[in-house]
Amino acid sequence: MHVDTDVLIIGSGGAGMYAAIEAARAGAAVFLADRSLIGRGGATVMAQMTVAVALGEETPDHWSHHLADTIQAGRGLTDERLARLLCEEGPECIREMDTWGVGWARRDGHITQAMAPGHDRPRCAYVDFLNTGPAVSKTLRTVVNRTSGIRKAGDLLIVDLVRHDGEVTGAVALHLSTGAPVTIAAKATIVAAGGLTRLYRRNSASANMGGDGYALALRAGAPLIDMEFVQFFPIGHLAPRLIGMDPIMWDPFRYKLGGRLLNAEREEFTERYGTREDGKYVITRDLATYAIIKEVEAGRGSPHGGAYLSFEHCSADALRAAFGPVIDRLAANNIDLTKMPVEVAPIAHYHMGGVVADPRMETEVPGLLVAGEAVGGANGANRLSGNAITEALAFGRRAGHSAAERARSGRHGFRPADARDAVALVAADGGPDLNTAAMIQTLQATMADDVGPFRTADKLARALATIDELAAALGARPAGDARAFDMRRIDWLDLRNGLMVARIVAEAALRRTESRGAHQREDFPGMLAEWHVNQRARLRDGRIALDSLPVAAAVAAQ
Amino acid sequence: MKATLKVWRGNDAKAGQLETYEVPFEPGQSVLDGLRWIRANRDPSLAIRFSCINANACKECMMELDGETVYACTARLEPREMTVKPLHNKKLVRDLVTEIAPPAERFKP
Repeated sequence: MHVDTDVLIIGSGGAGMYAAIEAARAGAAVFLADRSLIGRGGATVMAQMTVAVALGEETPDHWSHHLADTIQAGRGLTDERLARLLCEEGPECIREMDTWGVGWARRDGHITQAMAPGHDRPRCAYVDFLNTGPAVSKTLRTVVNRTSGIRKAGDLLIVDLVRHDGEVTGAVALHLSTGAPVTIAAKATIVAAGGLTRLYRRNSASANMGGDGYALALRAGAPLIDMEFVQFFPIGHLAPRLIGMDPIMWDPFRYKLGGRLLNAEREEFTERYGTREDGKYVITRDLATYAIIKEVEAGRGSPHGGAYLSFEHCSADALRAAFGPVIDRLAANNIDLTKMPVEVAPIAHYHMGGVVADPRMETEVPGLLVAGEAVGGANGANRLSGNAITEALAFGRRAGHSAAERARSGRHGFRPADARDAVALVAADGGPDLNTAAMIQTLQATMADDVGPFRTADKLARALATIDELAAALGARPAGDARAFDMRRIDWLDLRNGLMVARIVAEAALRRTESRGAHQREDFPGMLAEWHVNQRARLRDGRIALDSLPVAAAVAAQ
Repeated sequence: MKATLKVWRGNDAKAGQLETYEVPFEPGQSVLDGLRWIRANRDPSLAIRFSCINANACKECMMELDGETVYACTARLEPREMTVKPLHNKKLVRDLVTEIAPPAERFKP
């Protein structure tokens, strides 16, 4: 099976859908591919929190203030060109979403903007109740559906990009519902496949965010940067078991109601680590993660190994006014916040690293663009809360525009011969019978235990040894068969990508002998001037090569 | 405590069979938790579809539990015998996976 298109977009989260809309508006024929349902997977639909954007609706604001906060949070490693794009064009995207009827929460005739940790003023727009991501996804799905020129293809897992003379000319995909290979010829390809949080046992993203976008770009010759910086969200839901709700749900509760973070002795403890809260939500993500993990290590953790988060001081009326129907969903899970605390613990949430891109969202490889969380550099060593959706929209829009421009002047360079190896991989039958599901669990456990927020040389070496063992067991022949929805085949392709990306995270973390932002080395505490550099990863002859380069010069230096 | 999951397996809607799995049970778990346990511990070839795991955001894990249409991520696992089957009114792909995407969002060569 074969498809011709101007612009291929891989991933239909916020970034992919905005890119599709923008490229189609610019006149390009768009092929929007997703391994799951269109606009249902990825991270955007999961986002229950806020969108940071300098609208100036709540108090006067300017994008330069948002940029200053973003750079401050990035601990010296932010690519300021990309951060500027996020902060400067974010407001236009958010206002366009408003005209499309997303339903930003309003008060007294203006869009409500909440205060969030790390921002110098109220800047974070949202949709009630815990509905920001679902509303953004639904709105973009609606606009994608009414925009002519966008062809949608769900259940299409991109296996490899195809190159000719160093240029990306399309891709090879596995059509999940038949098991057949599909070749796609494109004049421009946008990777909008999200981050890598699925590589961790407890995470807040979809099961389809296992680093495949990074692996696709890397194998096509594009470098990655800042891969050691995995953001952990400190107060992911831990216990009691809660179904039908995303584990990051407690953040909006804290924005609106404060809440108290308590240890096993029911004492507030963040002051011990430098931030006194007094029932307000002021502690930054990296510090809260540190404080909770240290309390648990000191034997003062909650029963399941986290901290308590308590809203017991809030009245039932106040809770219902703030979260309406969510209170009923909690009741269905036997949780009454006026009578009991919940347990929370850090959870893998976002990846700061990603593919090196310029402000046009073009990579070093002609024909290959990126958007959203797949892009590295805009958030440095630590992302400010609220920047992820803004980045998805602003980067998606820019990538769609650039890809359409390229498609207008370009010609198809796709040659079937260049796709032969990837097609053979998809079409291979009679693969080994591996327990791929257990292998993914082993990888997730290793990453959580040994490549989590707090790292040592010993733990990282142990993780690399496990990754080596898993890679040896995985082999070069895909497990399962080329038939409809063979999960062993899907897992095998995911492990092929995930193990490579996990290895880069661990190697970059081992090489960075300092502590900065989301990367904390217990054997190298403290930030060092000599490490005021980005680390870049390339694939050379099938092996990972890391080097260091001055901040924000990743593309300019080429 | 254990839950017993009888799971419909097959790639032809007219010729499948129920396979029985004993699954460790913890109060509060979802049916999807049980199915994921089977994949990692008994049979990785069991076909299920989901993206969001727990948030009821992706809407992919629709199936029939004891004859009723549910999302496996919000249906609770119980320490008894439970039967899960693919949606009977959607085209079967494999095991518990059916063609649920709107026609305009399916890949057509």
